[in-house]
Amino acid sequence: MIVTIIRKEFRSLFSAPSTWLILGALQFIFAWFFLARLDAYLQIQTQLAQVANAPGVTLSVAAPLFGTLALILMMLIPLFTMRLLAEERRNQTLALLLAAPISSKQIVLGKFLSLLLFISLIIASCTVMLSVLGWGTNLDFGLLVTNALGLCLLAASYIALGLYLSALTKQPIVAAMSAIALSFSLWLIDVGSADNANLLRTLSPSAHAQSLNSGLILSADLIYFVVFVTTFLLLTIRRVNNNRHYS
Amino acid sequence: MQGRILGYIRTNSQPFNPSMTAPITLSARNLCRRYGQRDIVQNVSLELKQGEVLGLLGHNGAGKSTTLQMLTGVLAPHAGEIDICGFNLRLQPDQAKACIGYLPETPPLYREMRVDDFLTFAAKIHRVPQDRVAASLIEVKESCGLQECGNKIIGTLSKGFQQRVGIAQAIIHHPQVIILDEPTVGLDPTQIRDIRALIRKLGDSHSVILSTHLLSEVENICDRVEIMQKGRLIYGDSSVRMQQYGHQPGFVVTLLAPPPLGELESIVGVERVEALSDTRFRIMHTLNASTSAVLLALAAERGWQAQQLTPIAGNIEDVFTRITENEPV
Repeated sequence: MIVTIIRKEFRSLFSAPSTWLILGALQFIFAWFFLARLDAYLQIQTQLAQVANAPGVTLSVAAPLFGTLALILMMLIPLFTMRLLAEERRNQTLALLLAAPISSKQIVLGKFLSLLLFISLIIASCTVMLSVLGWGTNLDFGLLVTNALGLCLLAASYIALGLYLSALTKQPIVAAMSAIALSFSLWLIDVGSADNANLLRTLSPSAHAQSLNSGLILSADLIYFVVFVTTFLLLTIRRVNNNRHYS
Repeated sequence: MQGRILGYIRTNSQPFNPSMTAPITLSARNLCRRYGQRDIVQNVSLELKQGEVLGLLGHNGAGKSTTLQMLTGVLAPHAGEIDICGFNLRLQPDQAKACIGYLPETPPLYREMRVDDFLTFAAKIHRVPQDRVAASLIEVKESCGLQECGNKIIGTLSKGFQQRVGIAQAIIHHPQVIILDEPTVGLDPTQIRDIRALIRKLGDSHSVILSTHLLSEVENICDRVEIMQKGRLIYGDSSVRMQQYGHQPGFVVTLLAPPPLGELESIVGVERVEALSDTRFRIMHTLNASTSAVLLALAAERGWQAQQLTPIAGNIEDVFTRITENEPV
């Protein structure tokens, strides 16, 4: 049942021209950043060669590129999550799903997974672009994979957050604005905090993605992401269920 | 059979009564629903047999849509139980919902999808087995007249065709109970006729509940009528009997050489005679009196030159107004 919903969401996503436009534009932006970072790396390469234990090309080209992608996703994901439930409610198509023999859990999980799969495609395309460097030099594939994993987890939390906000309203645009505002403030908490031990900072998903960005897999971070995503998914399921009670 | 498909012919013949032994497909007991402090639906109980078309009638805001939403599990009732084909909607929602097809007031269509894709999706979420999906799709498109539109995008279809896709979505999984919320709103007369014929056809093998405020719809396609007002069911009977509710029998007769009014009034059973013109008279008589036969016999005997005799049919609008206004709420 979940697979049916994932398929349908995927179809809807790719039937919109805007999706293709966004994918194309993103590829262009990645390529631009990639070349810029590569250029900068080539310029300082000779100096780096004199430093003992200098950062490799993966750390100085790939990691910053993934960092940029994290920022872009923060802005981009709300634009996709906004229509997931709010638009169904506005077009009154939610009744089709609610009257069908599928549970609220399946509806929410289907929508969550479909978007996560879509965002993973974007992340994968970026990873593939970076691994092209492997032809000319030795790449640290471990770092590349942790970075991609970190981005996927970050994307999952932004999707869960956006999905919940989308479940709260009938207006997709309200869902998008509030999701952007919330994830932006979470990010600001991260960049604004003076030291790493700040308690508030632990609330921010981007703070937890940072260790993964430098190739460090900490179980605390993984647990944080799991808790964050589950919390918002449970809240969304509850909200969709409440639709049957209060709407 | 043909007469049953064309509803308006049917109402003039014998009413179609589902046999007393037909299984009960839907039963709702004491449904209540509040919005804030306001009671929208109070103590509504309904029962539906297989092969029955039930019309839910009422003014705007009477609680029809809310009731239907509760029956389909879109809305949870504050009190009351619903059983569909023996499954409790609250305890076994998946089994119960698999027996329902629902068309809400606004057809739930994904406008960016193609008709075929959408109907396939509808079939799958309603648990049609994978190997049956293609066959169901062809079947449902044929019965809803959508053969030509399979490849079209739903958003580009006209309102009538969108409504058909909505109905197709509700019946693709062969549900036992079909619930339609105002299925003919906004359609042109031909489309209304087609959709009514379709509903009537569905009513032969499935149970159908439809809400409407078009009284002619009830007259044409429903076996049974429930009238709702301010959240309560205030009247329920077969639609044929409803048309006779509080209705006094009578007829309009044309007599080319009429006698004085007094003579007509003295005919057995006549209660009131009204001259509509020099030659046309409206005659109301008591129930069970064969006044028309007596009058025709007299006309032949006394040379009144009777030309046309039209019985006054029960006007369902009048009946509806009478029921909803009489009922103390």
